[in-house]
Amino acid sequence: MQLVNRNSPPVDQVGIEDRIARVTARSIKSDMKLAGLQMAISMIDLTTLEGADTNGKVTQLCTKAQYLCNEYPELPSVAAICVYPSMVGVAKKALGKSGIKVASVATAFPSGQSSLEVKLLDTKMALDNGADEIDMVISRGKFLQGEYDFVADEISTIKEACGKARLKVILETGELGSLDQVRKASDIAIYSGADFIKTSTGKIPKAATLPVTCVMLEAIRDYYLETGKMIAMKPAGGISKSKLALHYLMLVKEVLGDQWLSNEWFRFGASSLANDLLMQYAKAQTGAYQSSDYFSID
Amino acid sequence: MARLEIKKTYKIYIGGKFPRTESGRFYNPKGIDVNVCKSSRKDFRNAVVVARAAQPAWAGRSAYNRAQILYRIAEIMEGRRAQFISELELQGSSKKQADEEVNATIDRWVYYAGWCDKYQQIFSSVNPVASNHFNFSVLEPMGVVAATAPEESSLLGISTIIATAIAGGNSLIAIASESKPLCSVTLAEVLNDSDVPGGVVNILTGNKDELLPHIVQHMDVNALVYCGSDKKVIIDLKEKSADNLKRIAHYSTDAILSDSGESPYFIKTLNEVKTTWHPIEKVGAVGSSY
Repeated sequence: MQLVNRNSPPVDQVGIEDRIARVTARSIKSDMKLAGLQMAISMIDLTTLEGADTNGKVTQLCTKAQYLCNEYPELPSVAAICVYPSMVGVAKKALGKSGIKVASVATAFPSGQSSLEVKLLDTKMALDNGADEIDMVISRGKFLQGEYDFVADEISTIKEACGKARLKVILETGELGSLDQVRKASDIAIYSGADFIKTSTGKIPKAATLPVTCVMLEAIRDYYLETGKMIAMKPAGGISKSKLALHYLMLVKEVLGDQWLSNEWFRFGASSLANDLLMQYAKAQTGAYQSSDYFSID
Repeated sequence: MARLEIKKTYKIYIGGKFPRTESGRFYNPKGIDVNVCKSSRKDFRNAVVVARAAQPAWAGRSAYNRAQILYRIAEIMEGRRAQFISELELQGSSKKQADEEVNATIDRWVYYAGWCDKYQQIFSSVNPVASNHFNFSVLEPMGVVAATAPEESSLLGISTIIATAIAGGNSLIAIASESKPLCSVTLAEVLNDSDVPGGVVNILTGNKDELLPHIVQHMDVNALVYCGSDKKVIIDLKEKSADNLKRIAHYSTDAILSDSGESPYFIKTLNEVKTTWHPIEKVGAVGSSY
Protein backbone atom coordinates (compact mmCIF):
# COMPACT_ATOMS: atom_id res chain seq x y z
CA MET A 1 0.00 0.00 0.00
CA GLN A 2 1.36 3.35 -0.98
CA LEU A 3 0.83 5.14 2.24
CA VAL A 4 2.86 2.74 4.34
CA ASN A 5 5.95 3.40 2.31
CA ARG A 6 5.29 7.06 2.42
CA ASN A 7 7.97 8.71 4.48
CA SER A 8 6.76 11.30 6.92
CA PRO A 9 9.17 14.21 7.15
CA PRO A 10 11.25 14.35 10.33
CA VAL A 11 10.10 16.81 12.98
CA ASP A 12 12.41 19.46 14.37
CA GLN A 13 11.47 19.17 18.03
CA VAL A 14 13.62 22.07 19.24
CA GLY A 15 12.23 24.28 16.48
CA ILE A 16 8.64 23.37 17.35
CA GLU A 17 9.15 24.10 21.04
CA ASP A 18 10.80 27.40 20.22
CA ARG A 19 7.91 28.35 17.99
CA ILE A 20 5.37 27.48 20.69
CA ALA A 21 7.32 29.50 23.24
CA ARG A 22 6.99 32.53 20.98
CA VAL A 23 3.27 31.98 20.39
CA THR A 24 2.53 31.73 24.11
CA ALA A 25 4.57 34.81 25.00
CA ARG A 26 2.55 37.05 22.71
CA SER A 27 0.02 39.40 24.25
CA ILE A 28 -3.62 39.30 23.17
CA LYS A 29 -5.48 42.58 22.90
CA SER A 30 -8.84 42.82 24.59
CA ASP A 31 -11.12 43.05 21.52
CA MET A 32 -9.28 40.12 19.94
CA LYS A 33 -9.62 38.27 23.20
CA LEU A 34 -13.37 38.80 23.29
CA ALA A 35 -13.75 37.54 19.72
CA GLY A 36 -11.43 34.62 20.51
CA LEU A 37 -13.43 33.61 23.57
CA GLN A 38 -16.65 33.53 21.55
CA MET A 39 -14.99 31.55 18.81
CA ALA A 40 -13.54 29.07 21.29
CA ILE A 41 -16.98 28.49 22.83
CA SER A 42 -18.42 27.71 19.40
CA MET A 43 -15.68 25.11 18.86
CA ILE A 44 -16.17 23.05 22.00
CA ASP A 45 -17.09 19.40 21.94
CA LEU A 46 -18.61 19.36 25.39
CA THR A 47 -17.51 16.00 26.69
CA THR A 48 -18.49 13.50 29.32
CA LEU A 49 -16.81 10.10 29.11
CA GLU A 50 -17.11 8.56 32.52
CA GLY A 51 -18.07 5.13 33.71
CA ALA A 52 -20.45 6.98 36.00
CA ASP A 53 -22.34 8.74 33.18
CA THR A 54 -26.08 8.48 33.66
CA ASN A 55 -28.99 9.55 31.47
CA GLY A 56 -29.47 12.42 33.88
CA LYS A 57 -25.92 13.66 33.60
CA VAL A 58 -25.94 13.51 29.80
CA THR A 59 -29.30 15.31 29.66
CA GLN A 60 -27.98 17.99 31.98
CA LEU A 61 -24.88 18.43 29.81
CA CYS A 62 -27.07 18.76 26.71
CA THR A 63 -29.11 21.45 28.44
CA LYS A 64 -25.93 23.27 29.27
CA ALA A 65 -24.80 22.98 25.66
CA GLN A 66 -27.96 24.69 24.45
CA TYR A 67 -28.36 27.32 27.15
CA LEU A 68 -24.81 28.16 28.08
CA CYS A 69 -25.43 31.36 29.99
CA ASN A 70 -28.67 33.32 30.26
CA GLU A 71 -26.89 36.58 30.94
CA TYR A 72 -25.05 36.57 27.63
CA PRO A 73 -27.49 35.56 24.89
CA GLU A 74 -25.02 36.78 22.25
CA LEU A 75 -22.77 33.84 22.96
CA PRO A 76 -22.82 30.95 20.47
CA SER A 77 -23.68 27.44 21.57
CA VAL A 78 -21.03 24.73 21.64
CA ALA A 79 -20.35 22.64 18.53
CA ALA A 80 -21.16 19.19 19.80
CA ILE A 81 -21.70 16.86 22.71
CA CYS A 82 -19.25 13.97 23.00
CA VAL A 83 -20.45 10.83 24.79
CA TYR A 84 -20.18 7.04 24.85
CA PRO A 85 -22.22 5.09 22.25
CA SER A 86 -24.75 3.97 24.86
CA MET A 87 -25.56 7.62 25.62
CA VAL A 88 -25.96 8.81 22.02
CA GLY A 89 -29.74 8.22 21.99
CA VAL A 90 -30.22 10.17 25.19
CA ALA A 91 -28.12 13.06 23.92
CA LYS A 92 -29.82 13.11 20.55
CA LYS A 93 -33.21 13.35 22.17
CA ALA A 94 -32.14 16.01 24.63
CA LEU A 95 -30.59 18.18 21.92
CA GLY A 96 -33.59 17.92 19.60
CA LYS A 97 -33.43 20.39 16.75
CA SER A 98 -30.86 22.66 18.36
CA GLY A 99 -28.33 21.95 15.63
CA ILE A 100 -25.74 20.82 18.13
CA LYS A 101 -24.11 17.65 16.90
CA VAL A 102 -23.68 14.44 18.81
CA ALA A 103 -20.25 12.85 18.66
CA SER A 104 -19.67 9.39 19.99
CA VAL A 105 -16.44 7.68 20.86
CA ALA A 106 -16.23 4.17 19.49
CA THR A 107 -13.86 1.29 18.62
CA ALA A 108 -13.20 0.06 22.16
CA PHE A 109 -12.47 3.53 23.49
CA PRO A 110 -10.13 4.42 25.16
CA SER A 111 -7.60 1.58 24.75
CA GLY A 112 -8.62 0.31 21.33
CA GLN A 113 -7.60 -3.16 22.45
CA SER A 114 -10.22 -5.30 20.75
CA SER A 115 -10.96 -7.07 17.51
CA LEU A 116 -12.09 -5.28 14.36
CA GLU A 117 -15.51 -6.99 14.58
CA VAL A 118 -16.12 -5.59 18.01
CA LYS A 119 -14.93 -2.15 16.93
CA LEU A 120 -17.27 -2.20 13.94
CA LEU A 121 -20.19 -3.21 16.12
CA ASP A 122 -19.31 -0.45 18.55
CA THR A 123 -19.29 2.07 15.70
CA LYS A 124 -22.54 0.70 14.27
CA MET A 125 -24.23 1.00 17.64
CA ALA A 126 -23.27 4.66 17.88
CA LEU A 127 -24.45 5.35 14.32
CA ASP A 128 -27.73 3.48 14.80
CA ASN A 129 -28.40 5.62 17.83
CA GLY A 130 -27.97 8.69 15.67
CA ALA A 131 -24.37 9.88 16.15
CA ASP A 132 -23.31 12.63 13.73
CA GLU A 133 -19.63 12.12 14.36
CA ILE A 134 -17.51 9.16 15.41
CA ASP A 135 -14.38 9.53 17.52
CA MET A 136 -12.32 6.36 16.98
CA VAL A 137 -9.05 5.40 18.64
CA ILE A 138 -6.15 3.89 16.72
CA SER A 139 -4.48 0.68 17.88
CA ARG A 140 -1.43 2.21 19.52
CA GLY A 141 0.00 -1.24 20.32
CA LYS A 142 0.04 -2.19 16.66
CA PHE A 143 1.37 1.22 15.67
CA LEU A 144 4.25 0.96 18.12
CA GLN A 145 5.00 -2.55 16.81
CA GLY A 146 5.41 -1.01 13.38
CA GLU A 147 2.26 -2.58 11.91
CA TYR A 148 1.26 0.57 10.06
CA ASP A 149 -0.77 -1.37 7.47
CA PHE A 150 -2.95 -2.76 10.21
CA VAL A 151 -3.60 0.70 11.65
CA ALA A 152 -4.33 2.17 8.22
CA ASP A 153 -6.68 -0.66 7.26
CA GLU A 154 -8.54 -0.35 10.50
CA ILE A 155 -9.10 3.38 10.00
CA SER A 156 -10.32 2.96 6.43
CA THR A 157 -12.66 0.14 7.43
CA ILE A 158 -14.22 2.24 10.16
CA LYS A 159 -14.42 5.20 7.77
CA GLU A 160 -16.38 3.05 5.36
CA ALA A 161 -18.73 2.02 8.15
CA CYS A 162 -19.26 5.66 9.12
CA GLY A 163 -20.99 6.57 5.89
CA LYS A 164 -22.02 10.21 6.12
CA ALA A 165 -20.86 10.65 9.73
CA ARG A 166 -17.58 12.49 10.08
CA LEU A 167 -14.74 10.41 11.47
CA LYS A 168 -12.33 11.74 14.06
CA VAL A 169 -9.22 9.63 14.54
CA ILE A 170 -7.71 9.78 18.02
CA LEU A 171 -3.96 9.22 17.91
CA GLU A 172 -3.48 9.26 21.72
CA THR A 173 -0.23 11.14 21.24
CA GLY A 174 0.77 10.70 24.89
CA GLU A 175 1.39 7.04 24.12
CA LEU A 176 3.25 7.51 20.87
CA GLY A 177 6.56 8.59 22.35
CA SER A 178 7.98 11.25 20.04
CA LEU A 179 6.87 14.04 17.75
CA ASP A 180 8.20 12.02 14.79
CA GLN A 181 5.76 9.26 15.73
CA VAL A 182 2.96 11.81 16.06
CA ARG A 183 3.65 13.03 12.53
CA LYS A 184 3.73 9.47 11.24
CA ALA A 185 0.44 8.58 12.91
CA SER A 186 -1.14 11.83 11.63
CA ASP A 187 -0.12 11.03 8.07
CA ILE A 188 -1.45 7.48 8.34
CA ALA A 189 -4.78 8.72 9.69
CA ILE A 190 -5.15 11.45 7.07
CA TYR A 191 -4.30 9.19 4.14
CA SER A 192 -6.65 6.48 5.47
CA GLY A 193 -9.67 8.76 5.31
CA ALA A 194 -9.88 10.62 8.63
CA ASP A 195 -12.05 13.75 8.53
CA PHE A 196 -10.58 14.95 11.80
CA ILE A 197 -7.37 14.07 13.57
CA LYS A 198 -7.58 14.29 17.33
CA THR A 199 -4.78 14.26 19.88
CA SER A 200 -6.00 12.35 22.87
CA THR A 201 -8.66 10.37 24.64
CA GLY A 202 -8.33 12.46 27.79
CA LYS A 203 -7.95 9.22 29.71
CA ILE A 204 -4.19 9.32 30.27
CA PRO A 205 -2.24 12.09 32.02
CA LYS A 206 -0.33 13.17 28.89
CA ALA A 207 -3.07 14.78 26.84
CA ALA A 208 -3.06 17.52 24.20
CA THR A 209 -0.13 19.92 24.14
CA LEU A 210 0.68 22.82 21.85
CA PRO A 211 3.82 21.19 20.33
CA VAL A 212 1.91 18.00 19.50
CA THR A 213 -0.93 20.03 18.01
CA CYS A 214 1.54 22.05 15.95
CA VAL A 215 2.97 18.86 14.44
CA MET A 216 -0.51 17.58 13.60
CA LEU A 217 -1.50 20.92 12.07
CA GLU A 218 1.59 20.77 9.89
CA ALA A 219 0.58 17.31 8.69
CA ILE A 220 -2.83 18.77 7.78
CA ARG A 221 -1.21 21.72 6.02
CA ASP A 222 1.12 19.49 3.98
CA TYR A 223 -1.78 17.28 2.93
CA TYR A 224 -3.77 20.34 1.93
CA LEU A 225 -0.91 21.71 -0.14
CA GLU A 226 -0.55 18.35 -1.85
CA THR A 227 -4.18 17.47 -2.48
CA GLY A 228 -6.25 20.60 -1.83
CA LYS A 229 -8.39 18.72 0.71
CA MET A 230 -9.02 20.13 4.16
CA ILE A 231 -8.73 17.94 7.23
CA ALA A 232 -10.07 19.11 10.59
CA MET A 233 -8.23 19.12 13.89
CA LYS A 234 -9.32 18.45 17.46
CA PRO A 235 -7.01 18.77 20.44
CA ALA A 236 -8.57 17.15 23.50
CA GLY A 237 -7.78 16.68 27.15
CA GLY A 238 -6.10 19.07 29.55
CA ILE A 239 -7.39 22.24 27.86
CA SER A 240 -9.31 23.86 30.67
CA LYS A 241 -8.13 27.48 30.64
CA SER A 242 -9.20 30.24 28.27
CA LYS A 243 -5.71 31.54 27.68
CA LEU A 244 -4.53 28.15 26.53
CA ALA A 245 -7.53 27.87 24.20
CA LEU A 246 -6.65 31.25 22.67
CA HIS A 247 -3.09 30.05 22.12
CA TYR A 248 -4.47 27.07 20.22
CA LEU A 249 -6.51 29.37 18.02
CA MET A 250 -3.46 31.51 17.32
CA LEU A 251 -1.52 28.42 16.35
CA VAL A 252 -4.26 27.25 13.99
CA LYS A 253 -4.38 30.65 12.30
CA GLU A 254 -0.62 30.70 11.92
CA VAL A 255 -0.14 27.19 10.60
CA LEU A 256 -3.34 26.74 8.57
CA GLY A 257 -4.94 30.15 8.14
CA ASP A 258 -8.41 31.66 8.53
CA GLN A 259 -10.20 28.90 6.62
CA TRP A 260 -9.74 26.57 9.55
CA LEU A 261 -11.12 29.00 12.12
CA SER A 262 -14.62 27.57 12.30
CA ASN A 263 -16.12 24.69 14.19
CA GLU A 264 -16.33 22.69 11.03
CA TRP A 265 -12.54 22.50 10.92
CA PHE A 266 -11.39 22.94 14.46
CA ARG A 267 -12.74 21.66 17.79
CA PHE A 268 -11.73 21.52 21.42
CA GLY A 269 -12.49 18.32 23.28
CA ALA A 270 -13.12 19.60 26.78
CA SER A 271 -15.44 19.50 29.75
CA SER A 272 -14.43 22.33 32.04
CA LEU A 273 -13.14 24.74 29.37
CA ALA A 274 -16.64 26.07 28.64
CA ASN A 275 -17.06 27.46 32.16
CA ASP A 276 -13.64 29.09 32.13
CA LEU A 277 -14.41 30.74 28.80
CA LEU A 278 -17.70 32.00 30.24
CA MET A 279 -15.94 33.34 33.31
CA GLN A 280 -13.35 35.15 31.20
CA TYR A 281 -16.09 36.53 28.98
CA ALA A 282 -17.96 37.81 32.02
CA LYS A 283 -14.72 39.30 33.32
CA ALA A 284 -14.25 41.16 30.06
CA GLN A 285 -17.83 42.43 30.19
CA THR A 286 -18.08 43.41 33.85
CA GLY A 287 -14.46 44.15 34.73
CA ALA A 288 -14.67 41.93 37.80
CA TYR A 289 -12.87 38.64 38.14
CA GLN A 290 -15.40 35.82 38.38
CA SER A 291 -16.03 32.94 40.73
CA SER A 292 -16.99 29.41 39.78
CA ASP A 293 -19.66 29.67 42.46
CA TYR A 294 -21.81 31.60 40.01
CA PHE A 295 -21.51 29.24 37.04
CA SER A 296 -22.93 25.79 36.45
CA ILE A 297 -21.15 22.81 37.91
CA ASP A 298 -19.74 20.67 35.12
CA MET B 1 39.75 42.28 50.22
CA ALA B 2 36.60 43.66 51.77
CA ARG B 3 33.58 41.42 51.45
CA LEU B 4 30.46 42.70 49.70
CA GLU B 5 27.37 42.23 51.81
CA ILE B 6 24.63 40.23 50.09
CA LYS B 7 21.36 42.11 50.32
CA LYS B 8 17.97 40.49 50.28
CA THR B 9 15.62 40.93 47.33
CA TYR B 10 12.18 41.62 48.75
CA LYS B 11 9.68 39.61 46.76
CA ILE B 12 6.02 38.71 47.13
CA TYR B 13 4.60 35.40 48.32
CA ILE B 14 2.05 33.53 46.18
CA GLY B 15 1.19 29.84 46.42
CA GLY B 16 4.24 28.94 48.50
CA LYS B 17 6.60 30.59 46.02
CA PHE B 18 8.44 33.90 46.03
CA PRO B 19 7.91 35.49 42.62
CA ARG B 20 8.49 39.10 41.68
CA THR B 21 5.37 40.98 40.68
CA GLU B 22 4.31 40.03 37.16
CA SER B 23 4.14 43.73 36.35
CA GLY B 24 7.84 44.23 36.97
CA ARG B 25 7.08 47.40 38.96
CA PHE B 26 8.72 48.33 42.23
CA TYR B 27 8.80 51.22 44.71
CA ASN B 28 11.06 52.49 47.45
CA PRO B 29 9.42 52.87 50.86
CA LYS B 30 10.23 56.30 52.25
CA GLY B 31 13.64 56.47 53.85
CA ILE B 32 14.62 52.87 53.12
CA ASP B 33 17.12 51.92 50.47
CA VAL B 34 15.39 48.78 49.12
CA ASN B 35 13.24 47.96 46.13
CA VAL B 36 9.88 46.47 47.04
CA CYS B 37 7.45 44.87 44.58
CA LYS B 38 4.48 47.02 43.58
CA SER B 39 1.98 44.23 43.04
CA SER B 40 -0.61 44.46 40.30
CA ARG B 41 -4.22 43.31 40.11
CA LYS B 42 -2.99 40.32 38.15
CA ASP B 43 -0.74 39.29 41.04
CA PHE B 44 -3.82 39.52 43.22
CA ARG B 45 -5.82 37.46 40.75
CA ASN B 46 -3.12 34.76 40.68
CA ALA B 47 -3.08 34.74 44.47
CA VAL B 48 -6.85 34.24 44.58
CA VAL B 49 -6.58 31.24 42.26
CA VAL B 50 -4.04 29.48 44.50
CA ALA B 51 -5.81 30.57 47.69
CA ARG B 52 -9.08 29.11 46.41
CA ALA B 53 -7.36 25.84 45.52
CA ALA B 54 -5.62 25.57 48.90
CA GLN B 55 -8.57 26.49 51.11
CA PRO B 56 -10.62 23.25 51.29
CA ALA B 57 -7.63 21.13 52.33
CA TRP B 58 -6.64 23.71 54.96
CA ALA B 59 -10.16 23.82 56.39
CA GLY B 60 -10.15 20.02 56.28
CA ARG B 61 -7.09 19.78 58.54
CA SER B 62 -7.97 18.88 62.09
CA ALA B 63 -8.31 21.90 64.36
CA TYR B 64 -5.53 20.44 66.46
CA ASN B 65 -3.18 20.31 63.46
CA ARG B 66 -3.93 23.92 62.56
CA ALA B 67 -3.04 24.83 66.13
CA GLN B 68 0.27 22.97 65.82
CA ILE B 69 1.12 24.85 62.65
CA LEU B 70 0.31 28.26 64.13
CA TYR B 71 2.43 27.42 67.14
CA ARG B 72 5.22 26.37 64.79
CA ILE B 73 5.08 29.83 63.21
CA ALA B 74 5.78 31.32 66.65
CA GLU B 75 8.70 28.93 67.14
CA ILE B 76 10.34 29.76 63.83
CA MET B 77 9.76 33.46 64.39
CA GLU B 78 11.62 33.30 67.67
CA GLY B 79 14.66 32.03 65.76
CA ARG B 80 14.42 34.89 63.30
CA ARG B 81 14.09 37.51 66.04
CA ALA B 82 17.30 39.38 65.16
CA GLN B 83 16.27 39.77 61.53
CA PHE B 84 12.84 41.13 62.41
CA ILE B 85 14.34 43.58 64.92
CA SER B 86 16.87 44.92 62.44
CA GLU B 87 14.16 45.36 59.80
CA LEU B 88 11.90 47.16 62.25
CA GLU B 89 14.77 49.46 63.19
CA LEU B 90 15.43 50.10 59.52
CA GLN B 91 11.79 51.18 59.22
CA GLY B 92 12.03 53.70 62.02
CA SER B 93 11.40 51.82 65.26
CA SER B 94 13.71 52.22 68.24
CA LYS B 95 15.52 49.17 69.53
CA LYS B 96 13.10 48.94 72.44
CA GLN B 97 9.99 49.33 70.26
CA ALA B 98 11.26 46.73 67.83
CA ASP B 99 11.94 44.28 70.62
CA GLU B 100 8.46 44.81 72.04
CA GLU B 101 6.76 44.42 68.68
CA VAL B 102 8.49 41.11 67.98
CA ASN B 103 7.60 39.83 71.46
CA ALA B 104 3.98 40.86 71.03
CA THR B 105 3.82 39.22 67.60
CA ILE B 106 5.22 35.88 68.73
CA ASP B 107 2.85 35.88 71.71
CA ARG B 108 -0.03 36.66 69.39
CA TRP B 109 0.72 33.65 67.18
CA VAL B 110 0.74 31.46 70.28
CA TYR B 111 -2.53 33.06 71.42
CA TYR B 112 -4.32 32.26 68.14
CA ALA B 113 -2.71 28.81 67.97
CA GLY B 114 -4.49 28.11 71.21
CA TRP B 115 -7.88 29.16 69.82
CA CYS B 116 -7.74 26.91 66.73
CA ASP B 117 -9.36 23.96 68.47
CA LYS B 118 -11.50 25.96 70.86
CA TYR B 119 -13.45 28.68 69.06
CA GLN B 120 -15.81 26.13 67.51
CA GLN B 121 -16.98 24.95 70.94
CA ILE B 122 -17.45 28.50 72.18
CA PHE B 123 -19.44 29.80 69.22
CA SER B 124 -21.44 26.71 68.24
CA SER B 125 -24.80 26.12 69.82
CA VAL B 126 -27.74 23.80 70.13
CA ASN B 127 -30.86 25.85 69.62
CA PRO B 128 -34.31 25.39 71.13
CA VAL B 129 -37.00 24.99 68.46
CA ALA B 130 -40.73 24.34 68.59
CA SER B 131 -40.75 21.27 66.36
CA ASN B 132 -39.32 17.77 66.30
CA HIS B 133 -35.89 18.81 65.21
CA PHE B 134 -32.44 18.74 66.68
CA ASN B 135 -31.30 22.20 65.69
CA PHE B 136 -27.66 23.17 65.90
CA SER B 137 -25.39 25.91 64.58
CA VAL B 138 -21.70 25.56 63.79
CA LEU B 139 -19.11 27.88 62.30
CA GLU B 140 -17.70 27.29 58.83
CA PRO B 141 -14.83 29.22 57.27
CA MET B 142 -15.90 31.81 54.70
CA GLY B 143 -13.31 30.65 52.18
CA VAL B 144 -10.93 33.11 50.56
CA VAL B 145 -10.26 36.26 52.57
CA ALA B 146 -8.40 39.35 51.41
CA ALA B 147 -6.99 41.71 54.00
CA THR B 148 -5.09 44.95 54.10
CA ALA B 149 -2.66 45.24 57.00
CA PRO B 150 -2.57 48.32 59.25
CA GLU B 151 -0.33 50.93 57.70
CA GLU B 152 1.38 51.85 60.99
CA SER B 153 2.80 48.40 61.75
CA SER B 154 5.21 46.24 59.79
CA LEU B 155 4.88 42.98 61.69
CA LEU B 156 2.27 42.81 64.45
CA GLY B 157 -0.58 44.10 62.28
CA ILE B 158 -0.16 41.73 59.37
CA SER B 159 0.55 38.80 61.71
CA THR B 160 -2.71 39.40 63.54
CA ILE B 161 -4.87 39.56 60.46
CA ILE B 162 -3.21 36.43 59.04
CA ALA B 163 -3.59 34.52 62.29
CA THR B 164 -7.26 35.40 62.73
CA ALA B 165 -8.07 34.30 59.19
CA ILE B 166 -6.16 31.02 59.04
CA ALA B 167 -6.99 29.91 62.59
CA GLY B 168 -10.59 29.72 61.38
CA GLY B 169 -9.80 27.63 58.28
CA ASN B 170 -9.75 30.39 55.67
CA SER B 171 -7.07 31.03 53.11
CA LEU B 172 -5.90 34.58 52.75
CA ILE B 173 -4.30 37.20 50.57
CA ALA B 174 -2.73 39.88 52.76
CA ILE B 175 -1.67 43.28 51.47
CA ALA B 176 1.29 44.50 53.51
CA SER B 177 1.78 47.96 54.96
CA GLU B 178 2.86 50.15 52.08
CA SER B 179 5.29 52.30 54.01
CA LYS B 180 6.65 49.48 56.18
CA PRO B 181 6.64 46.34 54.02
CA LEU B 182 9.93 44.65 54.97
CA CYS B 183 8.79 42.44 57.85
CA SER B 184 5.87 41.06 55.82
CA VAL B 185 8.27 39.47 53.34
CA THR B 186 10.38 37.98 56.11
CA LEU B 187 7.16 36.78 57.72
CA ALA B 188 6.35 35.02 54.45
CA GLU B 189 9.65 33.17 54.76
CA VAL B 190 8.71 32.14 58.29
CA LEU B 191 5.31 30.89 57.10
CA ASN B 192 6.98 28.97 54.32
CA ASP B 193 9.18 27.24 56.92
CA SER B 194 6.32 26.39 59.24
CA ASP B 195 4.30 23.74 57.38
CA VAL B 196 1.67 26.27 56.30
CA PRO B 197 0.61 24.71 52.97
CA GLY B 198 1.43 26.81 49.91
CA GLY B 199 -1.47 29.05 48.89
CA VAL B 200 -3.10 29.25 52.34
CA VAL B 201 -1.34 32.54 53.02
CA ASN B 202 -0.29 34.87 50.22
CA ILE B 203 1.38 38.20 50.85
CA LEU B 204 1.54 41.07 48.40
CA THR B 205 3.34 44.37 48.78
CA GLY B 206 2.32 47.53 46.97
CA ASN B 207 -0.25 50.26 46.80
CA LYS B 208 -3.47 49.54 48.71
CA ASP B 209 -5.51 52.26 47.03
CA GLU B 210 -4.68 50.78 43.66
CA LEU B 211 -5.52 47.22 44.65
CA LEU B 212 -8.63 47.70 46.80
CA PRO B 213 -11.10 48.39 43.95
CA HIS B 214 -10.06 45.17 42.23
CA ILE B 215 -10.17 43.22 45.47
CA VAL B 216 -13.64 44.36 46.40
CA GLN B 217 -14.98 43.60 42.92
CA HIS B 218 -13.43 40.15 42.71
CA MET B 219 -16.30 37.64 42.76
CA ASP B 220 -14.17 34.83 44.16
CA VAL B 221 -13.13 36.61 47.36
CA ASN B 222 -15.57 35.88 50.19
CA ALA B 223 -14.51 38.47 52.74
CA LEU B 224 -12.41 41.59 52.92
CA VAL B 225 -10.70 42.87 56.05
CA TYR B 226 -9.78 46.54 56.06
CA CYS B 227 -7.59 47.87 58.85
CA GLY B 228 -7.87 51.61 59.11
CA SER B 229 -10.33 54.37 59.85
CA ASP B 230 -10.80 56.15 56.53
CA LYS B 231 -14.61 56.44 56.44
CA LYS B 232 -14.68 57.18 52.73
CA VAL B 233 -12.82 53.98 51.96
CA ILE B 234 -15.07 51.93 54.21
CA ILE B 235 -18.25 53.31 52.62
CA ASP B 236 -16.82 52.73 49.17
CA LEU B 237 -15.91 49.13 49.98
CA LYS B 238 -19.34 48.43 51.39
CA GLU B 239 -21.05 49.88 48.35
CA LYS B 240 -18.95 47.96 45.89
CA SER B 241 -19.33 44.72 47.81
CA ALA B 242 -23.11 44.94 47.49
CA ASP B 243 -22.89 43.35 44.05
CA ASN B 244 -21.08 40.27 45.21
CA LEU B 245 -22.19 39.86 48.84
CA LYS B 246 -18.64 39.98 50.10
CA ARG B 247 -18.38 40.37 53.85
CA ILE B 248 -16.53 43.56 54.75
CA ALA B 249 -14.86 43.72 58.14
CA HIS B 250 -13.09 46.86 59.25
CA TYR B 251 -10.93 47.10 62.33
CA SER B 252 -9.32 50.13 63.86
CA THR B 253 -5.56 49.98 63.78
CA ASP B 254 -5.44 50.64 67.53
CA ALA B 255 -7.56 47.60 68.23
CA ILE B 256 -5.33 45.33 66.18
CA LEU B 257 -2.07 46.64 67.60
CA SER B 258 -3.10 46.73 71.27
CA ASP B 259 -4.07 43.89 73.59
CA SER B 260 -7.59 44.01 72.26
CA GLY B 261 -6.17 42.44 69.09
CA GLU B 262 -6.40 39.19 71.04
CA SER B 263 -9.97 37.99 70.84
CA PRO B 264 -11.71 34.93 69.38
CA TYR B 265 -14.32 37.26 67.89
CA PHE B 266 -11.81 38.13 65.16
CA ILE B 267 -11.91 34.45 64.15
CA LYS B 268 -15.70 34.44 64.30
CA THR B 269 -15.94 37.47 62.02
CA LEU B 270 -14.39 35.43 59.21
CA ASN B 271 -16.67 32.45 59.71
CA GLU B 272 -20.24 31.83 58.65
CA VAL B 273 -22.84 30.18 60.83
CA LYS B 274 -24.40 27.07 59.42
CA THR B 275 -27.60 25.93 61.09
CA THR B 276 -28.87 22.40 60.63
CA TRP B 277 -32.40 21.14 61.23
CA HIS B 278 -32.12 17.45 61.98
CA PRO B 279 -35.47 15.61 62.30
CA ILE B 280 -35.81 13.57 65.48
CA GLU B 281 -38.53 11.98 67.52
CA LYS B 282 -39.53 13.63 70.75
CA VAL B 283 -37.06 12.65 73.40
CA GLY B 284 -38.65 11.22 76.55
CA ALA B 285 -42.26 10.48 77.43
CA VAL B 286 -42.77 13.90 78.97
CA GLY B 287 -42.06 15.43 75.58
CA SER B 288 -38.89 17.16 76.56
CA SER B 289 -36.79 18.06 73.62
CA TYR B 290 -33.40 19.51 72.88
